[in-house]
Amino acid sequence: MDLELMASSFPKLLNATLVTLKLLSLSLIFGLIFGLFFAILRLNKNIFLNKFSYFYSYIFRGTPLLVQIFIIYFGLGQIEFLRSSFLWIILKEPYWCAIIAFSLNTGAYTSEILRSAFETINKGFIEAGDSLGISKKIIFYKIQIPIAIRQSLPAYGNEIILMLKGTSLASTVTLMDLTGVAKYIISTTFKPIEVFIVAGGIYLFMTFIIHNFIRYLEKKYSY
Amino acid sequence: MDLLAFGNTGWGDELFLATLMTIAVSITAMIIGFCFALIFTPLKLSKNKFLNFIGNSYTTIIRGVPELLVIYLLFFGGSGAVMYVASIFGYNKYIEINAFITGSFAIGIISGAYSTEVFRGAIQSIDKGQFEASKVLGLKKPVHFFKVIMPQMLRLAVPNLSNVWQITLKDTSLISVTGLVEIMRQSYIAAGSTRDPLFFYSFAAVLYLLLTFLSMKLINKLEIKYRRGY
Repeated sequence: MDLELMASSFPKLLNATLVTLKLLSLSLIFGLIFGLFFAILRLNKNIFLNKFSYFYSYIFRGTPLLVQIFIIYFGLGQIEFLRSSFLWIILKEPYWCAIIAFSLNTGAYTSEILRSAFETINKGFIEAGDSLGISKKIIFYKIQIPIAIRQSLPAYGNEIILMLKGTSLASTVTLMDLTGVAKYIISTTFKPIEVFIVAGGIYLFMTFIIHNFIRYLEKKYSY
Repeated sequence: MDLLAFGNTGWGDELFLATLMTIAVSITAMIIGFCFALIFTPLKLSKNKFLNFIGNSYTTIIRGVPELLVIYLLFFGGSGAVMYVASIFGYNKYIEINAFITGSFAIGIISGAYSTEVFRGAIQSIDKGQFEASKVLGLKKPVHFFKVIMPQMLRLAVPNLSNVWQITLKDTSLISVTGLVEIMRQSYIAAGSTRDPLFFYSFAAVLYLLLTFLSMKLINKLEIKYRRGY
């Protein structure tokens, strides 16, 4: 055990944790928007919109995240039309490519979680709203969405933790996140166990915090 | 389509072999995972606090740390660990471990943590009466486990194990970082030499979709078999 290396790599890894957290929070925000959007499409009666949303989630859940990042980072640059458009400002940055890939990926899983939450809402709640003469829109925003969010909290908590682990793939497109820096230190010092303990400890600490935060929310919003 | 031709002109045969490699790694990893699950499920269910702690740490650590980090640990630390063990037995030469073994082992450890959770959940949801009944009947331990607990456990575990299989299959893409030539690595090589990454990575995505789709079809058949009533 090389305690000195562990101590000296800790601040570097902590610094890289900031990158990981930034990636995680941005992709979760965009992912939630995508997820809600596609969940609503999924519940739509229009067959075309419904199928479109189904294929979106099927494709993103059926392929590895690594493939998705590589298609967006290496693949999209090949299209002339994109290279000359304003989108290139975003797509040439590995940082934004990673965020786009993560958001689309977590969006697919989130849409499934929200969809099943919407589908399991007790019909009585909606009927109660109807019989009170509340409009469809208000029933959706004030009754269905809050209940669906509460229902999907445990599954969404798992998704956040999966996404935290997913951000490690950003290191494959040259980003120096927690895993990227850990790999760099391992490959320069050849002390994998020490670095694994420190980096793994930081990841476990974050999972622990997320896990407990979701538990707290579940208790707070239980009915 | 020329790019996918078989033979020396295209990448068809290379990608086909790479797909077989992905399947081979996934199956090996799944089997290694089952071995880990067989060791750690009893530990997690044990009443002994120390054994319980070991079982819980395994699943918590592996499920809380990114797969890529576990792969790097084994990739950079694996041959060192094996050489250390070998040196105890008096063998001091350099040992290089095959990328296939490192890769399947790394993915196996990860898939084992998920399988352990699945088996634990399945055993815990078996009716207590079944355990008591087989005790009252005086069944021997192996008979109790293989004839009473195992059939009921499998029935409950198969749907969740299919999720573990999907996760394992997708995780194999990560061992491309160690240089093992599976779908992802082969696409990387092909994309590099043809300068056509969009085509090859999209094709890789199609291959993975095909694998997940076909395996779901197979697993659904298994599920029907195990969903029979008692």
